Amino acid sequence: MRTLLSDTALVFGRYARQTLRSKAAMTFGALMPALYLVLYGPLLTDVPLGGAGSSWQVLVPGLLLQLALFGASFAGMGLIIEKQHGIVDRMRVTPVSRLALLLGRVLRDAALLTLQAGVIVLVAVAMGLRAPLPGILLGFAFTAALALSLAALSYALAMKAAAPMAFAPVVNGFTMPAMLLSGLLLPMSLAPGWLDVLSHVMPLRYLVDAVRAAFVGHYSDPALIRGALTALALMAVSVTAGTRYFRRAGA
Amino acid sequence: MDSSESIRTSGLSRTFATPRGPVEAVRGVDLTVRRGEILGLLGPNGAGKTTTLRMLTTLLAPTGGTATVAGHDLARDPAGVRRRIGYVAQSGGVDPAVSVREELVTQGRLYGLRGPRAEERAEELARELGLTELMERPCGALSGGQRRRLDIAMALTHRPEVLFLDEPTTGLDPGSRADLWDLVRRVRAEWGTTVVLTTHYLDEADALADRLVVVDRGTVVAEGTPTELKTRHAGSPDATLQDAFLAVTGRGPAPRDTTPVAV
Repeated sequence: MRTLLSDTALVFGRYARQTLRSKAAMTFGALMPALYLVLYGPLLTDVPLGGAGSSWQVLVPGLLLQLALFGASFAGMGLIIEKQHGIVDRMRVTPVSRLALLLGRVLRDAALLTLQAGVIVLVAVAMGLRAPLPGILLGFAFTAALALSLAALSYALAMKAAAPMAFAPVVNGFTMPAMLLSGLLLPMSLAPGWLDVLSHVMPLRYLVDAVRAAFVGHYSDPALIRGALTALALMAVSVTAGTRYFRRAGA
Repeated sequence: MDSSESIRTSGLSRTFATPRGPVEAVRGVDLTVRRGEILGLLGPNGAGKTTTLRMLTTLLAPTGGTATVAGHDLARDPAGVRRRIGYVAQSGGVDPAVSVREELVTQGRLYGLRGPRAEERAEELARELGLTELMERPCGALSGGQRRRLDIAMALTHRPEVLFLDEPTTGLDPGSRADLWDLVRRVRAEWGTTVVLTTHYLDEADALADRLVVVDRGTVVAEGTPTELKTRHAGSPDATLQDAFLAVTGRGPAPRDTTPVAV
């Protein structure tokens, strides 16, 4: 257990330093949601979106999870480059814990994306967002959970994929439908019946609903419980799958 | 396995499932490596050398056969194997953006050394491998020969019993190759390390290896000292290893007067 913790800290430290060396990695990921916030957010201020709260309380939760969705899903791209340098094999041949090889990386991704989520919320407050602090903190927790899960899946895919050309189309094929089916941009309560039903097969939808409930202070809303359970299940499945691939990679 | 042996494999195999059906990359390799021996693995491209190495270093699970490496069973105790082996892949394994010092310290910690001890060990390795002046450079700024020395330093962090090198001198200039041969000999002489290396350079195999194993189409097709192989397969101890290699693998023009290739 102690080995797992120190190994995870070691791997986390290595990748945190890698992130700190790259100004692009620090800022670029947050650029897309920030643009949505500034250039798209003002369009919604007078639009009836259903549900409680202002349009900002509907939009910002979506943007936080969108940040995690796109940021974490492409995390594996870095691993593919590391594989080409032989870094992944070099680490796998040492006695370091396989779980730590994954956890150290996904915790770096979750930390970076949560930090960026903080910046998004600060900008949103300047734009007009008013939301209870515990709700915002819950929003960060869901952002971190989603980032951790998707980064783990992304690394699992990257361990399998031989080249970026095999990796990127799969990720694109997943992120776009995930964004559209989860109601990230506009709540699914506005959707026609068939789309609303369809969106329930997308786990991300439960997280979006949960963060929106948190942002309006409805802490006993069943949506919040459903979202929390979905997030826990997602983390368990994806970390298990990711570790499996670090344990026994293909060719 | 008696204590004078470092590696013993029996029927070691690996089959890959591909869309075009199963591919048998390695089919039944039997191999014995003595402690302190430098063993050269030769074979044409695609013969299964790298796949064999990846299995022996726990990176890839065998689909058949058994192996004991440095006293530990590959399938039952991969962690035990990992603590006693070092491996340098063809591509090396350092991040070009990270400094030599940081990579050496991280490697020490991956092998379980505590912070200050890992830093000491990095300094020791740098002294032993002539990297002291390069410690603050990013790995990407090293020359080919310096890079290889760093790769080997990383693999020697925990003083492994067995060192695996996959094509260690590919892409190096003649001077750096000669330096690397000296380094490998020195590692064996000073620490009694068993070295298993793959190579395409027959002069390298001739000059460096105590014993050669020729692999073709996933199995061992010949083995012996360079002199034995030349005598047996090319007809004379004065023949070139090139002649022996071509006779064994059946690539290129067949030599005129040799014993059959069956081994």
